[in-house]
Amino acid sequence: MSILVGNHTRLIVQGITGREGLFHAKGCRDYGTQVVGGVTPGKGGTEVEGFPVFNTVKDARAATGANATMIFVPPPAAADAILEALEAGIELIVCITEGIPVQDMVKVNRVLGEHPGQRLVGPNCPGVITPGQAKIGIMPGRIHLPGHVGIISRSGTLAYEAVGQLSALGIGQSTSVGIGGDPINGTNFIDALKLFQADPDTHAIVMVGEIGGGAEEEAAAYIKAHVTKPVVAFIAGQTAPPGRRMGHAGAIISGGKGTAKEKMAALEAAGITVVVSPADMGKAMAQRLAAKA
Amino acid sequence: MNIHEYQAKEILRQYGVATPKGQVARDRAEAASITRDFGGQSVVKAQIHAGGRGKGGGVKFAKTPDEAAELFDRMLGMNLVTKQTGPEGRKVQTVFISDPVDIARELYLSFLVDRATGRVTALASTEGGVEIEEVAAHTPEKIVKVAVDPAIGLAGHQARELAFALGLSGESFKKSGVFFQNLYKLFVEKDCSMVEINPLVVTTQGDVIALDAKISFDDNALFRHPEIVAYRDLNEEAEAEIDASKFGLNFIKLDGDIGCMVNGAGLAMATMDIIQHHGSSPANFLDVGGGASEEAVKNAFRIILQDPGVKAVLVNIFGGIMRCDIVAGGVVKAAREIGVTVPVVVRLEGTNVEEGKKILSESGLRIQVASDLDDAARKVVASIR
Repeated sequence: MSILVGNHTRLIVQGITGREGLFHAKGCRDYGTQVVGGVTPGKGGTEVEGFPVFNTVKDARAATGANATMIFVPPPAAADAILEALEAGIELIVCITEGIPVQDMVKVNRVLGEHPGQRLVGPNCPGVITPGQAKIGIMPGRIHLPGHVGIISRSGTLAYEAVGQLSALGIGQSTSVGIGGDPINGTNFIDALKLFQADPDTHAIVMVGEIGGGAEEEAAAYIKAHVTKPVVAFIAGQTAPPGRRMGHAGAIISGGKGTAKEKMAALEAAGITVVVSPADMGKAMAQRLAAKA
Repeated sequence: MNIHEYQAKEILRQYGVATPKGQVARDRAEAASITRDFGGQSVVKAQIHAGGRGKGGGVKFAKTPDEAAELFDRMLGMNLVTKQTGPEGRKVQTVFISDPVDIARELYLSFLVDRATGRVTALASTEGGVEIEEVAAHTPEKIVKVAVDPAIGLAGHQARELAFALGLSGESFKKSGVFFQNLYKLFVEKDCSMVEINPLVVTTQGDVIALDAKISFDDNALFRHPEIVAYRDLNEEAEAEIDASKFGLNFIKLDGDIGCMVNGAGLAMATMDIIQHHGSSPANFLDVGGGASEEAVKNAFRIILQDPGVKAVLVNIFGGIMRCDIVAGGVVKAAREIGVTVPVVVRLEGTNVEEGKKILSESGLRIQVASDLDDAARKVVASIR
């Protein structure tokens, strides 16, 4: 089992002839993902590194039976690439691109609402990996270990950090989902929590949040009401100054709202183990699992 | 990106949103002559990218052209300290002269992108001139929220809902509809992240006008707005941050002892947090990004070390795309060229980590290699004790 990605995944890459797109298409294939082709408008009918290239997502899907796409299209055209994938009926759309204008995502968000059977992960995210099976994204595969802890993170490198700590302790992961650092994203904490709660192969969850917005507080309320599996959380940005955008477009404390302190308090009140130090995510999970056994 | 009030009002006028007449004065004579044009009285307003200017002494009423000239002299070059500037304040480099209006009511209106709904949302409140955060904290029922469907825009009934919530009637009610819809149009077309009109004023003649205006723009959308980029005022930005942005580095200066160089925004914040957890404080936020070159790493080092408050540096790289050998090469190069005198602790993880560690240990430089995040934080904090 696991969620979203696995042996069943048939992946295409939008922007496959670009440097990044091609590099990571190969990376995914090397990890074991079935990468069945790619899309670059105007280069349809050609082939790159053994991947067939198509002009449109529709063509690619018809020819390959793709059920997932990974988007590397540059920011000005990335929202359009998501819309194209939605219209072509691709079930899982993972958008890696960082720097998409918020207004573009407002429109994408509106259209997403009309496609309940399809899912967007990202943008501005590292992607999704099910260790030992397949990955859609840019994460280093070798740090992962197959197992039963699900990971949800707004930050890419902090997801790697959580995975690294767990693997070092011999604790494997079912799936790791990077939901992205933008203010408007597709899959949010609650969506991913829902999937992990329903997945029999996931026994516990690590949730990595950061300052800005109220998604962590909403997730805390959801966990309290619906999640029976142990959850360990870390919130980045405890020392971040207010009013400054800390790298991620979504990581900003504005009007005194979205502080790490508020989020940590909300999570704790929901019975979640909240670690103050980012170095303690793995240890805290080991303790929760030992207590459960 | 933020802009000044006078620039925001220029954009408002382009969209037919009513504002008081106003003009930037270049010298005291001009301050007086603009005031004369306004009938002998004016409001003299210091232009900085921070709110709370009135309370800080940056907004003054001039009863005569001479007084406007005096106020101009006093404000230009002054260090304006407000609630939002921090104790160090901000130097006033531009002074704006505004035509006084007869205020009947002060209201509040803003547009922003609501993350929870993923929509542009209008916030309106009858409590104008007060910080909206205060209103939200004490009397949240006084704030009316209207979420806009991007396919439709601000609908007529939504504009009316806002107007009724603000208690407008008669001539002001009619004028407000156009005002709200034009403001929404501006918000979307210019890719704003926030437009705040506080106060939105109803004059004794029944006009609805933006007495003050604060606009910030989505940095991700600036590529399609050269006209907005032209408004950028480098005087309002920290020199080191401008320098860093030239190399694709995301840098924010803080007041602590330990300089940080990290890949990824989340890990960069977490690195600051763990430094504090071990009893010290971070001197900066610095994200070198996903694919930083040796050159970028070198410049990151240089920028961190420009801060005389930095007593040690922690480099924390968890390579996804980023190769550890490239980071190590950049660190060594920087240390050689700049002549690093403070302790440096490096934690590398990910692609080509062994090559990276080898480059560091064979460099002959005094660089401590850490085994993991916790070890790195402990070592760097211990190094300044």
